[in-house]
Amino acid sequence: MDVELRGLTKRFGSVVANDHVDLQIRAGEVLGLLGENGAGKSTMMNMLSGLYSPDEGEILIDGKPVKFEGPGDGIEAGIGMVHQHFMLVPVMTVAENVVLGVEPTGRFGHLDIKKARAQVEEINQKYRLHVPPDELIEELPVGIQQRVEILKVLFRSADVLILDEPTAVLTPQEVHEFFGIVDTLKKAGKAIVFITHKLHEVLEISDRISVLRQGRITGEGDPKTLTEADLAEMMVGRPVSFTTAKEPAKPGRTMLEMSDVTMLDEADEMLLDHVSLTVRSGEVVGVAGVQGNGQTELVEAITGLERVASGKIVFDGDDITTASVRERHKMGMAHIPEDRHKSGMVDSFTVAENMVLNSYYSPYYSKGWAIDWQKVNETAARYCVEFDVRTPSVFLPGGALSGGNQQKMVVARELERETKLVVASQPTRGVDVGSIEYIHERLIASRDEGDGVLIVSSELDEIMGLSDRIYVMYDGKIVAEFDNTGGKADRNAVGLAMAGAHEGEAA
Amino acid sequence: MTDATTTGATAREEKLASANSRRARIMGGVLIALALLVLFTLDVAPGESATFRLTTPRDAVQIGDLVVPGGPFNMIAAALLAFLGVRQFLRGGARWTNISLGIGLAILVMAFLVWATAGKSFSLTGMLQATMVRAVPIALGGLAGVLSERVAVVNIAIEGMLLAGAFTGALVGSLLGGWVGMFAAIAVGGCFGLLLAALVVTYRMDQIIAGVVINLFVLGVTSYVSSQVFAEYRHLNNAPTFRSFKIPILGDIPVIGPMLFNQNLFVYGALILVAVSTYYLFHTKNGLRARAVGEHPRAADTLGIDVYKTRYFHVTLAGMVAGFGGAWFTLGSVGRFDENMTNGRGYIGLAAMIFGRWHPVGALSAALVFGFADSIQQKLALLNTPIPSEFLSMAPYIATIIVVAGLIGRSKPPAANGTPYTKE
Repeated sequence: MDVELRGLTKRFGSVVANDHVDLQIRAGEVLGLLGENGAGKSTMMNMLSGLYSPDEGEILIDGKPVKFEGPGDGIEAGIGMVHQHFMLVPVMTVAENVVLGVEPTGRFGHLDIKKARAQVEEINQKYRLHVPPDELIEELPVGIQQRVEILKVLFRSADVLILDEPTAVLTPQEVHEFFGIVDTLKKAGKAIVFITHKLHEVLEISDRISVLRQGRITGEGDPKTLTEADLAEMMVGRPVSFTTAKEPAKPGRTMLEMSDVTMLDEADEMLLDHVSLTVRSGEVVGVAGVQGNGQTELVEAITGLERVASGKIVFDGDDITTASVRERHKMGMAHIPEDRHKSGMVDSFTVAENMVLNSYYSPYYSKGWAIDWQKVNETAARYCVEFDVRTPSVFLPGGALSGGNQQKMVVARELERETKLVVASQPTRGVDVGSIEYIHERLIASRDEGDGVLIVSSELDEIMGLSDRIYVMYDGKIVAEFDNTGGKADRNAVGLAMAGAHEGEAA
Repeated sequence: MTDATTTGATAREEKLASANSRRARIMGGVLIALALLVLFTLDVAPGESATFRLTTPRDAVQIGDLVVPGGPFNMIAAALLAFLGVRQFLRGGARWTNISLGIGLAILVMAFLVWATAGKSFSLTGMLQATMVRAVPIALGGLAGVLSERVAVVNIAIEGMLLAGAFTGALVGSLLGGWVGMFAAIAVGGCFGLLLAALVVTYRMDQIIAGVVINLFVLGVTSYVSSQVFAEYRHLNNAPTFRSFKIPILGDIPVIGPMLFNQNLFVYGALILVAVSTYYLFHTKNGLRARAVGEHPRAADTLGIDVYKTRYFHVTLAGMVAGFGGAWFTLGSVGRFDENMTNGRGYIGLAAMIFGRWHPVGALSAALVFGFADSIQQKLALLNTPIPSEFLSMAPYIATIIVVAGLIGRSKPPAANGTPYTKE
């Protein structure tokens, strides 16, 4: 089945989310769709699934124009979505999840679970998905859950599969398996749209690539002739450098030392399992790992947001195991939190207010009870210039900025003071390529000024590119450590450690 | 690194093991204390026996009375409790802790009954029959809770729905007869279900507050009418009641017959509703969809299941079930409405739902436990035990607390329970 978008336009108020998008999706082909957050990818996909209806333009299936009016219409026409956040019911079995909504039934609406299981097995066989039909979803690893999602759309006889950031939650090894499945689907004549912002993946798997920027298709091409640099330029609109230029690290004294730190949840399960690590001044230490393996808790332990159950944390010679967040802050610890909306900024506060969230109490801004807004506004304006935060005014609510500018605002606030240790958690999540480049440079600059820098990220590229040393976390433990001076760590070995293979080499 | 890994694993096991054994020890201690309680407080004078009557002289099949020598029985009970306690204290596993406690409580109840009946006779079958009857409103309340919480709507309003059903049953029943009264009660319950659904699904009101508002509203209106109108016009509050009828053959089985097959419409109705809703929720297409809506509404939505409609439907259904349960208080029991006559049964129904792990059969079983506690206090009052009747009437509520807090621990509600759903 071929699908064609012709001049598809969608507006939200004055914002044009999709501006005359033309796109061809062909049977037996993988179309890589690249674009930054907010480029209009999801709007386009939502129009294809029937959730939104286009303001202008049309969708043609096999040359015939179609009109989608509700969320079910896309799948009815054979266009299936695999969402980035899985749409699976954790306490139900694979078979139940797959047939939900189109259940095989007997008399009185009796659910024919035997038939459902057989149907799942059939698709399993055909596309070699190897999904156990009777397992509960919550007991399956993420990679398998994703296959259940794929099975779900195949079960609804979709001929076009739209995969939204499918590799975001996978380890490098799982990505490899996943690409195998995509290949099988392609050979079976399915059309596949692979949405991502990871350049090397799109080059590896696609037959054709389209790039979306600010709602418009800004480039199309053949992955055989395109390079990552070309793609990045199409995405951002200007040349981008990938490798953050940096001198070799000059590690100095120990800035942060965690020894045997454990953290428990309410049910006494180990969240951090005897974690020991060191960060020295003048080096960038990366913590790699698939999301949800204790990285969040690690950062909470270091910054004092959560209490540790046992172990010791020493910051530049002082024991801070029980120190409060503000004490750590005052000692020179900067924290760029993983979710800026949850803990990095207040969306409804102005840019100026957000800029002083960590220092409003200092005598410079506060005289007695009153805050000197004059000074706050001046400082904020200066930070905006220094850190390239693009906002028409410091009086605009922080939430109104783009993701990249919000993040730069947080980075500015955290780095623009005397720091000794920078803890950056997912520092470039949901940030445009241009801002990523900038934030990376600032982190390296902090290192060169003699700070210890700890970067926690689930993007392996980010870790490999920035770090001088790499720890890998798995299941709440540090399972491996790699020396990455001059980028010499073995990407494959790091990937294996992320997947929980225990033969991590010691540096 | 590998060093840290292995010590980590063992430390985790130790930690878990120590948490479990701590709980096991506490439970062991409790059981040993119960053993001492049975031995010293529930001691029966030597030679006295407790007589449990299993059949009445009018029954078709006659079996003899169960005569239990009080002293030896309670000695054995104490010994069993002590054994369980010591075993639990020394090496109790996680799985055994709950089982031991359950068995222990059952032994305690038996010992207590023997002690209270010593030297007298007591109709065991009568008590079981009363247990069933008293479990009905709780079971139906619990079932209403299951139906609405399975689609993720927390239903505090069950209490109000029961009360509204009781009131409507009495009023309409007095005017137009029992059957019309019953259907009117179901309809009114359904209306309150619909109201709750509108408040929490369409208007996204806080579910607890919406429920409390309905409860207060119903309490206020029914209390006003009963004190102002019913007091004046007594014929408006004098409904016929549904008599119990025996199911042929099955009703003649000793003990079980009177309990299950010689009851009124409401008992049969509750049993049938539990069976039907179990089948519905777990073996039909729409049941699967309803559960999906309660667990992951967004997923259901993307598959073309209408989350709002599903919630409206099931919450209304829950209201109808609760309305039927409410009619039990008047049409199935005394035929007359009294102010606040449900007296918290709706909340106990919610406890039964939680204890029953959001399953209809579970809710019924839990309701039987509460019904048992309820009927035991009533029967014991007749036996002239030295325990003050005020304490005895606390029994159902104490049972609720013990059961919800101690026995079940943490059980898992539907994942989306209590959260409104907003379409994108």
